[in-house]
Amino acid sequence: MQKGKVELYTDAMVREVLTDEKGMATGVLYIDKKDMKEYKIGAKVVVLAASACETARIMLNSKSKLHPNGLSNSSGVLGRYLHDSTGTDRMGFMPELVDRTRYNEDGVGGLHVYSPWWLDNKKLNFPRGYHIEYWGGMGMPSYGFGFGMDTMRKYITDEVGNPSPNGGYGPALKNDIRRMYGSMIGMSGRGESIPQYDNYCDIDPETVDKFGIPVLRFHYNWTKHEVNQAKHMHETFEEILTGMGAVLLGKKPDETTQNGLAAPGRIIHEVGTSRMGDDPKTSVLNKYAQAHECKNLFVTDAGSFVSQADKNPTWTILALSWRTSEYIIDQLKKQNI
Amino acid sequence: MDRRENIKVLLAGTVATGFLISSGCAPDDIKKSESIIAAGLYGRTPKEIEVDSKLMADTFFSDHEKKIVSLISEIIIPKDDVSIGATEAGVTDFIEFMVKDYPKFQLPIRGGLMWLENLSWATFDNSFVVITPEQRIILVDKIAWPDTAEEDMLYGVKFFNLMRNLVCTGFFTSKEGIKDIGYVGNRPNQWDGVPAEVLKKHGLSYDEKTLKECLKIEDQHKIVQWGEKGNIIG
Ligand SMILES: Cc1cc2nc3c(=O)[nH]c(=O)nc-3n(C[C@H](O)[C@H](O)[C@H](O)COP(=O)(O)OP(=O)(O)OC[C@H]3O[C@@H](n4cnc5c(N)ncnc54)[C@H](O)[C@@H]3O)c2cc1C
Repeated sequence: MQKGKVELYTDAMVREVLTDEKGMATGVLYIDKKDMKEYKIGAKVVVLAASACETARIMLNSKSKLHPNGLSNSSGVLGRYLHDSTGTDRMGFMPELVDRTRYNEDGVGGLHVYSPWWLDNKKLNFPRGYHIEYWGGMGMPSYGFGFGMDTMRKYITDEVGNPSPNGGYGPALKNDIRRMYGSMIGMSGRGESIPQYDNYCDIDPETVDKFGIPVLRFHYNWTKHEVNQAKHMHETFEEILTGMGAVLLGKKPDETTQNGLAAPGRIIHEVGTSRMGDDPKTSVLNKYAQAHECKNLFVTDAGSFVSQADKNPTWTILALSWRTSEYIIDQLKKQNI
Repeated sequence: MDRRENIKVLLAGTVATGFLISSGCAPDDIKKSESIIAAGLYGRTPKEIEVDSKLMADTFFSDHEKKIVSLISEIIIPKDDVSIGATEAGVTDFIEFMVKDYPKFQLPIRGGLMWLENLSWATFDNSFVVITPEQRIILVDKIAWPDTAEEDMLYGVKFFNLMRNLVCTGFFTSKEGIKDIGYVGNRPNQWDGVPAEVLKKHGLSYDEKTLKECLKIEDQHKIVQWGEKGNIIG
């Protein structure tokens, strides 16, 4: 590997991509976070990877004569089709796991166990599907460990089956916490939502951040598909937990909370804001994540996603970035950009 | 990059210390990194360092309040055959830190301590700090059992629930508490599944096919060889 080939600008808050009279990118304008002054960097190719929403923000804020709606946005879809994974969770207590033998269990849960989607959704009242992530185990105690003994201690029973009293103090409490270690099991459903034109972020016309850069506003509602999916998740959680012999903790959520469906953005898999496609009328980027209307601008975050399966986005972001990088090298060699 | 340069880069960034220690550092490098960690400079931005130092320099509890917190802590998690008690494990300082770090605890804890003091004066005509250990237990028994407590004790129950949470979590996240609970993880590259005898207790076992496909514990430090085209070749 060669050294000294990269210049990294840190504490640099990009406000906009600069363009020339032909609409091509010429570099970026940023605010230095330390001296709060504006700087410009010139570039042959600009690659945005600021994460889906922030990239949309930069592009929407990059207005010019040739890009009056923001950069590469004559389609008007920049910021639209924003979507997150669906998510909801449930937890249970496993009496069989009280008084466990201690061993290294850092590898359990999400690291090694996962249920991919396994049903035929044609027979269900929602499209697509979800996977289940599991948690539990004898992990390193962190803040919150030992909380809730005022309601949970009753699940611990003695040799003759008498439950401990809730709450309390002293050696008996100390011992019940030891006995309970590693006996909780949780499930998180993470599913695919359907991208909607009407779910979007746009520029707030009256609010800026501390760098004076206009911020985003979000407009997002789940449809009945996602709400039905969450109901199905909860039915599945209960079936599995009960089948394992767990005591269900908490209550199954109902319609009043959209079946416990997490608010949009809570699963932090925001994607889709600068979607790719062959048709410049309905997409911002082409299949190489190159902007339709600004050939030397690329996006290598999840803005380019047209959908996201029930999976978490990072590996797909990496794979697409790799592909885009190769394409950029190819196009530079061919002097197309 | 040579090793020294590597370490400089690691220290500048926010890579977990476990990685540093396990990657075969010279003792000098370990000492250097430990001093950086001890000074609270590790993985913190200048702004965070400022917030942390201000928080650490502040005092919330009065000496009197602190005494009550210690007494309650030791009642909740006392010393037993397995381990030391909460106060010796540093739980009082932990709670002092928590109320500063999470100001929403300040009012219920200060108010709760005062409420308990009032109860102590009303019952035994003296402060909780001065009454006998037996008398303290008489008071604590009024607020420690949420399912059976008298209605006019609910303020105290709520306060004691919060204290129980903080004392238990403070104790079991301390060095001694982690030893007590028997946590044996935090060993990079050393996870070998559930021991066979544990599986057996639950009527389970790994099947031969899975075992064959899984990484052997003795191979866990081997680094994969990549071919020209990015395929694993060994
Ligand atoms: C708590 C949490 C847990 C997650 N867990 C998982 C998981 O288990 N698996 C998974 O696949 N995904 C997970 N995700 C989602 C995943 O982290 C993101 O989808 C992914 O990191 C996005 O990658 P990115 O490169 O697009 O953006 P980021 O990783 O967010 O990187 C964007 C970078 O751009 C910089 N930047 C932003 N704006 C500007 C600007 N104006 N000027 C200059 N620089 C800027 C930022 O500082 C940042 O360094 C999780 C997310 C969170 C928050």
